[in-house]
Amino acid sequence: MNAIHPGNRIYRSRKRVNFILLAASSLALAFGLFWLVWILGTLLYEGGTALARATLYYQMTPPPGADGGLANAIAGSLVMVTAGTLLGTPVGILAGTYLAEYGRRGWLAGATRFLNDVLLSAPSIVIGLFVYSVYVAQVKHFSAWAGAVALALIVIPVVVRTTDDMLKLVPNTLREATMALGCPPWKMIVSVTYRAARTGILTGILLAVARISGETAPLLFTALNNQFWSNNMNAPMSNLPVVIFQFAMSPYEDWHRLAWGGAALITLAVLVLNILARALFRKSD
Amino acid sequence: MSDSPGPRRLRAAPWVDTAFEWLTRFFAFLVFALLLAILASLVVGSQLTLEKYGFSFIWSSAWDPVKEEFGALVPIYGTLVTSLIAMLIGVPVSFGIALFLTELSPAWLKRPLGTAIELLAAIPSIIYGMWGLFVFAPLFQGHVQPLLIGSLGGVPFFGALFEGPPIGIGMLAAGLILSVMVIPFITAVMRDVFEIVPPMLKESAYGLGATTWEVVWRVVLPYTKVGVIGGIMLGLGRALGETMAVTFVIGNAHRLAVSLNAPGNSIASALANEFTEAVGDLYFSALIELGLILFLITTVVLALSKLLLLRLARNEGART
Repeated sequence: MNAIHPGNRIYRSRKRVNFILLAASSLALAFGLFWLVWILGTLLYEGGTALARATLYYQMTPPPGADGGLANAIAGSLVMVTAGTLLGTPVGILAGTYLAEYGRRGWLAGATRFLNDVLLSAPSIVIGLFVYSVYVAQVKHFSAWAGAVALALIVIPVVVRTTDDMLKLVPNTLREATMALGCPPWKMIVSVTYRAARTGILTGILLAVARISGETAPLLFTALNNQFWSNNMNAPMSNLPVVIFQFAMSPYEDWHRLAWGGAALITLAVLVLNILARALFRKSD
Repeated sequence: MSDSPGPRRLRAAPWVDTAFEWLTRFFAFLVFALLLAILASLVVGSQLTLEKYGFSFIWSSAWDPVKEEFGALVPIYGTLVTSLIAMLIGVPVSFGIALFLTELSPAWLKRPLGTAIELLAAIPSIIYGMWGLFVFAPLFQGHVQPLLIGSLGGVPFFGALFEGPPIGIGMLAAGLILSVMVIPFITAVMRDVFEIVPPMLKESAYGLGATTWEVVWRVVLPYTKVGVIGGIMLGLGRALGETMAVTFVIGNAHRLAVSLNAPGNSIASALANEFTEAVGDLYFSALIELGLILFLITTVVLALSKLLLLRLARNEGART
């Protein structure tokens, strides 16, 4: 009976296996963090100087060899991300409301929830193809509206999911109390459950904005790109991701520098939005 | 008494209720119809090649825009190979990270470490691509590829995978970068499902003298098996459809190559590169059919993932 005796061979080998695999697990974590630090470090190093130059923010994208900035691309991205968010958020919130509040019976809620989760991870380039076929190909020109619609289609599943989840967290006793006071269901949803789930829904919207800020693939076939400043939503509009793509793929050194600047800018914005969303959400619970 | 004015006044506008319910139902239906609409538009858009080639489109490796001959084999192959590489590396690493975060990490480190890993998912894919092209590929070409070619290139059969000159960009580089990109998604699911294991089960195993690893391998993993596979499928779905990161580093060559060092093409990167430059209806149609194939594959994979996760949740409900 020396099964647990420290000198036992089986015991020692079990301890050894345990140690090796747990060490491997720590290494896996180090592996993950290593890429994060490396990528962010590169961005700061390569993009830092470009970010510090004021011309980045007020000059237009230049032809190769000339000096310039990314002003038109930054503005275009802001416009399309805003338009995409404004288009997608109401749809997402209302659909999410149906799933959480009305969808306890019937097939629609379950089926929508399922397909929405598939859409959430669907390749964004296919969304671009879709908007191209149903919008761009019909009106026969690329446009900022098409880009905004493509981005909205990416916002929708994110907002549906968070709205649904957050409304389901609202305790039923709150609903019952409101109904018992004679409040009609729509009023209960609008002024009680929405309010209770406010921070959660807002977190979802912030995450959606962060997600579409860096999306490139759906804009390639919809908003295309524009070398100049444009205020016309019915014409191609410059935007940061596509400019980064074009500039980085080009052979010109100064375009590469601008692309790094843009990349650092986008990443910074996306990370700040993400951290903001997390902080907001943590404060709520 | 039964029809006193009071209650009627309280429900002065019952139509508002109905209207609101139908409004939300309409938008829910819109979301429901979106996936079907995407599918329909892709089928309509690829009409020409669907009629001309039928199923042979899938296993034809031709891609000649000038002679107007198209086949999807090369991009499909590239998509599958890069995703497979991503899974081979991404799955064990994600498992390790999830294990660390649920079992080993001190409580105060859990949140910052978990957030850091999640931030990997927040970095836009174009950034991965650009970083891969300018920073990773040159290092990979100079230091890692010669080593792989030297050590594994001579092995019979297996060595063919590592033949060819080290050029940095190619299917192996794309797969490696994809593996980093899927880590946060798989880790998040694994962490969530590991956390639902009842502490009682784990404590019983510990009480019998099991080591941490034995608890994870013999108790936690069997309990959460379905969910873990669901998480892996979710990562696979992401990897298959990833566009920009792959476009930068895969090399964009319409050529079927056994060697992982060779440049190739994936469905998503072929679309990103060629769609706006495509001329001619047949070319367009071929590209849209590529999109259709990608959409079908990812939808099936993601739907399976979702079904598995739902099954875990349901079993969980039945047990408690």
